[in-house]
Amino acid sequence: MPRNDPVMPPGQRDFGAALLDPDLPLPEGIVGPHGKNAQKRFAVYRNNVTVSLIDALAGIFPAIQRLVGDSFFREMARTYLVMDPPQSPVIFEYGGGFAAFLERFEPLSKYPYLPDVARLERAWLDAFHAGDADPLAPDSLAAIPPEHLADTTFTAHPSTRIVQSSFAAVSIFSASREDRTLDGIQPGDAEDGLITRPFDAVTVRQLPPGAADFFTALIAGATLGLAAGTTVARHPEFDLPSAISAMLEAGVFSACSFGQANLEQTA
Amino acid sequence: MTQSAPLSPIVETSRFPAGPLPPRAGAGLKTEHIDAILSDDYRIGFLEVHAENYMGDGGPAHRALAAIRREFALSVHGVGLSIGSEGGIDPVHLERLAGVVERYEPAMVSEHLAWSSHDAGYFNDLLPVPYNNETLDRVAAHVGQIQDRLKRPILLENPSTYVAFEQSTMSETDFIREIALKSGCGLLLDVNNVFVSATNHGWKPMHYLRDFPLELVEEIHLAGHAEDVDDEGDLLLIDAHDRPVADAVWKLYEIVISQAGALPTLVEWDNDVPEWPVLRREAQLADAILDRLGPASLLGSRHAAE
Repeated sequence: MPRNDPVMPPGQRDFGAALLDPDLPLPEGIVGPHGKNAQKRFAVYRNNVTVSLIDALAGIFPAIQRLVGDSFFREMARTYLVMDPPQSPVIFEYGGGFAAFLERFEPLSKYPYLPDVARLERAWLDAFHAGDADPLAPDSLAAIPPEHLADTTFTAHPSTRIVQSSFAAVSIFSASREDRTLDGIQPGDAEDGLITRPFDAVTVRQLPPGAADFFTALIAGATLGLAAGTTVARHPEFDLPSAISAMLEAGVFSACSFGQANLEQTA
Repeated sequence: MTQSAPLSPIVETSRFPAGPLPPRAGAGLKTEHIDAILSDDYRIGFLEVHAENYMGDGGPAHRALAAIRREFALSVHGVGLSIGSEGGIDPVHLERLAGVVERYEPAMVSEHLAWSSHDAGYFNDLLPVPYNNETLDRVAAHVGQIQDRLKRPILLENPSTYVAFEQSTMSETDFIREIALKSGCGLLLDVNNVFVSATNHGWKPMHYLRDFPLELVEEIHLAGHAEDVDDEGDLLLIDAHDRPVADAVWKLYEIVISQAGALPTLVEWDNDVPEWPVLRREAQLADAILDRLGPASLLGSRHAAE
């Protein structure tokens, strides 16, 4: 069993600190063979850690990388990974704090949409690795007795994510991922994004006004009637039938229930 | 019923072909090769995946690996358990590994003699440990903890290293042999790592192989390495996995097979990954050596008797 020393010996703590900070001296006891120096030798580890984590961030945030340019991205990622190294060996989960880092990263303050683009990218990868479930069939609501529609509740598909932005984050995300220019996009236009992966392919959609609030309420467990009512109160232009069609088409939910019944797809 | 049922671990009946890794060449599985591997007339002996890439709940990566697993033997190779860690094995990560093992029923599970996690975070590299009694006890206990949880022995891989520790009191080969004897684990001999570390530390690779407990080796790794220089301007090899296996490593591999007999042999290529036929050619080179030297090996009767 692992030892439970209350105080960590200095070895790996110092080794790890020196990996992330090239200005620190070599850890105690680190040597080359036959009395050789170990600076360049230890630098191999520093380089492995830094480059592999920069590459990981570039793989998770390719739209950000294209928007800011490769060399700028790599220098920025180097700063980020020291401040917020991964906390788990599951590297595809890394970068949860990257959007918040971008919000505070002064050199990019003229591009306030970048944090939400990063949130969309992080949500994209979360959706890619999320659990599997069949989405609700398009005709599933038709099977619910009309008097029960209002008290119907829904179970979110494991891949469903919503990112609401004060900027045109969805348009900018899509343009960057498809290697298009941002021509014609007004960055200040607020956009809400819906990320789903009903089967194998992750899809990012821009939602019409109110739909993000509506889906968010349903995901939180609100009944269809309550979610629709609160959404219409805040967004008078909200189009409920369109939103219901869109959620079934996108695969936002995997199950719904009313009263005691529980309608789920069966394979 | 939930829709994830077809992909959840099934314990009563195996969904996949059983059996050990065949004593043939295998390849490190890359997503971009999956279609080519499945449709190739050349049937690779086995495939190996990094466990951490399959620790998500679902999605297309799992569907692709399940398709591979239905047709091929699989080895699950962990890169993140941090067996040499002073802070102990992360029980959450051990559970993740157990989940992958239960899901795919691999023929082999292996990990590294290295550490990669600390309180500060996960460093995404295989970092070295000093070879002394303190580390020995710790690593052997961690291997035992892992084997207890997985309910199966694992293989431990020899590292490629660039620095040494003043705190070391024994050779790498003695250290690894003692770990195996204490914990009951098998060994994964990475021949490229032997060549890289030997060059970097001024050992003779042949002496390393002479001292290494070949009778405990159950799998071989081969990979390409890059060249750099150390502070004194001398050659420093980097375990880069980004190119073909070096000629000198093939020669060492021939020596290993002629002594130990045919063993499952993985070709790793993790960076600048080529098209499948290029990796397949490396695997076929290993197959040819296994065919030529395996049957006449000094320890060949050990495997023939199994």
